[in-house]
Amino acid sequence: MSNRNEMPAIPLEKLRFAQKDERLHDVKFETKPIGYFKDAWLRFRNNKSAVVAAVLIVLLLLFALIVPLISNYDVNFRDGFYKTVLPKNPALSGLGIWDGFKKQRETQAGYDYYTSIGIETGREVVRNISEPTVDATGLTYYSMEVDSYSKVGFIYSNLTLDEYRALQQYQDETGIQVIYPLQNTFLTNYVMGNMGANLWYKLANPAPTSDGLALYDENGKHIPNYMLSANASQADYKSSRIAGDDGGADGQSWYVYAQKNQSGYKVRVDYYEFFKFKNGFEPVFLFGTNIYGQDIFTCLASGARLSFLLAISVSLINFFIGAMYGAVEGYYGGTTDILMERISDVLSAVPFLVVVTLFKMHLAAKVGALVSLLFAYVMTGWVGMAARVRMQFYRFKGQEYILAARTLGAKDRRLIFKHIFPNAIGTIITGSVLSIPGVIFSESTLSYLGIISLETSSMTSIGTMLANGQGYLSTFPHIILFPSLFISILMISFNLFGNGLRDAFNPSLRGADE
Amino acid sequence: MRTMGKYIVKRILLMFLTMFIIMTICFILIKMLPLPAVREMGRDVNLILAKREAMGYSKPLLVQYFLLLKNVFLHWDWGVGEQMYEALNVWDVLVQKLPYTVLVNLYSILMAIPLGLVFGIYAALKKNRWQDHVVSTLVVVFISVPSYVYAFIVQYLFCYKLGWFPLTIESLESTAFFSGRMLVSMMPAILSLGFGVIAGLTRYTRAELSEVLTSEFMLLARTKGLTKAQATSRHALRNAMVVILPMIIGEFIGILGGSLIIEKIFAIPGVGSLYVSAVNVRDYNFFMALTVFYTFIGLASSIVIDISYGIIDPRIRMGSKK
Repeated sequence: MSNRNEMPAIPLEKLRFAQKDERLHDVKFETKPIGYFKDAWLRFRNNKSAVVAAVLIVLLLLFALIVPLISNYDVNFRDGFYKTVLPKNPALSGLGIWDGFKKQRETQAGYDYYTSIGIETGREVVRNISEPTVDATGLTYYSMEVDSYSKVGFIYSNLTLDEYRALQQYQDETGIQVIYPLQNTFLTNYVMGNMGANLWYKLANPAPTSDGLALYDENGKHIPNYMLSANASQADYKSSRIAGDDGGADGQSWYVYAQKNQSGYKVRVDYYEFFKFKNGFEPVFLFGTNIYGQDIFTCLASGARLSFLLAISVSLINFFIGAMYGAVEGYYGGTTDILMERISDVLSAVPFLVVVTLFKMHLAAKVGALVSLLFAYVMTGWVGMAARVRMQFYRFKGQEYILAARTLGAKDRRLIFKHIFPNAIGTIITGSVLSIPGVIFSESTLSYLGIISLETSSMTSIGTMLANGQGYLSTFPHIILFPSLFISILMISFNLFGNGLRDAFNPSLRGADE
Repeated sequence: MRTMGKYIVKRILLMFLTMFIIMTICFILIKMLPLPAVREMGRDVNLILAKREAMGYSKPLLVQYFLLLKNVFLHWDWGVGEQMYEALNVWDVLVQKLPYTVLVNLYSILMAIPLGLVFGIYAALKKNRWQDHVVSTLVVVFISVPSYVYAFIVQYLFCYKLGWFPLTIESLESTAFFSGRMLVSMMPAILSLGFGVIAGLTRYTRAELSEVLTSEFMLLARTKGLTKAQATSRHALRNAMVVILPMIIGEFIGILGGSLIIEKIFAIPGVGSLYVSAVNVRDYNFFMALTVFYTFIGLASSIVIDISYGIIDPRIRMGSKK
């Protein structure tokens, strides 16, 4: 350790004045000042889970806003044949996952039925067929995976003359076979699906008591049972024909593709291709469909949009009402405070369920279910916000800087808005954000219970979707899976985001990194 | 103790005043709605009509209100079911439904309290280590996910796939109330309700206990020579309990209210189902009684929580000026 007192002698000429002519004054900071919000942002940024949650919320919000605009489907879309089809993602179909196949256990008749659809349409309907097993009663069973889209197979459709012509023209232009030959009618009770439209093959036992087993030829193939006619263009059919339809050995036996009836033409169409013809796009339901044949992907986005709309409006309105009410209570105190507190006491004691019910009974018919629900949330929802603001006002109004401002002649309004409110804004924003998941949750609960019904032609709600799927939980869990997943992710994200905001705005955490 | 007694009396009086106001508002709002006609149910129609006459339905509103208050306060008579449970006493039906709701919720809380406390204490003792982070993350997830999502998972997994539990709960005709079969059939509902309660209690316990653990008397206790376990159980836990116990007590009052959505999913014939059907068929007598019932539960649990603070920890003087 050197001796500090011992100063080395510095020659005088080496010394000079630091500021001889310049005047001393404050220097402007070269760094940018860190304001209240910037400070909060810096702290928020360090909270990884909150940032991830915020990104997720933005993604879910975008999903809710964009999907209804770009989707092929809307809430009104209901397909009577593609009910409860499984989720299918064209990008992943090749990998054998998320491709609409469902594992099923089928009898021999079911095996014949599903394979026949595959043979006639040329699409993969069944795969991974197991070896047959025989159970105690002597019935043969197969376990297999069945494509929930292609298994619909064929339907009978009655077309008008214009539609019939348009469909033939579509076939000629695209080269896709949509109309398939009609079959000879069976006298059987075994029809399986679509009023027997899929039974194009001969049955081993064509009697009414048929068990549905197919009759096989010597090569183990289904034997066609198409209706025949001497006229090649029976019922004005002039478009492409299926393979094997060559007029037969005598040139007189052509397959019949349509039947004329009172309203137009009865045809048998491949529903997958017919869907494309009708709607102009392939039947692909990313999240599958529900029991009404609605696209769950679009409905979910639409329901989410409704939830967001409701929750954000409620939290904004409650923000304003609660802030005003709480500010007046907290700032003036005394008798004003006591009286106003009693009002909010009574309001907060009313069970929310009862408020919703009463508003629904009184207003739903007049202004609509959504608006009545909004009123119900606003009616009691602001109480919590008011209490929070009141507390902040009590905290700040006695402090010296307020006294100083008052001494300088600041009016009440200025004190409230300029001096106290900005200090309380962090707590208030956090409270507002944290109230959003609560609204979304209770909205879905209420619409699930059927206490309110938000289902209209252009809107649906997550709760309604869940309620629709509950009876099919064992057979079609996908109907409930996606809405549940969505709401769970949303709730977790909002809670994490809200907690992050609270930590960021709470100055008591300043400097402490936990 | 005198201030305490005065405080309790004051709170209870305020509670009744609040309930009275809410009942009045509810009465006015119901009377503004059209009265639904009584459905044809044979003999019962005349009974209901006679009851309506006795309740003064053809008289002015004020008389009706007076009659309602008289019936309720003197005879505890909330009227009869008009659209459902025709001609049955509303209160009797409510009391008959209550045991299901209470039992399901009681079981789930009894299951949740020990687990919640254990997880919370564990996380607090391991604060800022990986065990704490795992527990805290799970807590956020379990608190956020709505209870009906658990219900779907439990129903799908345990009822359909594994077949451990029946789909709906046993009826009282087939088995006794406190039997094992009843408990097993209630298990899905108990589990679905339990997750949220466990997570809530864990978070609460962790927060309280970790605050107490860093306080200076804990340092003193260790300096005195107590082991960490001794100090934690004798000093930290007891002080943390001052805040945790009232919350648990509040939960116990809250179980009367039950959970509507769980009751609906598992077809439990409890109070929640009663409320939902009363709203759907617009039976105003049931609606009125259940409104007052739910209001009472909400208010009573907050009073009990406040009072229990004072009883558990005599240092807290409820209602005193300072």
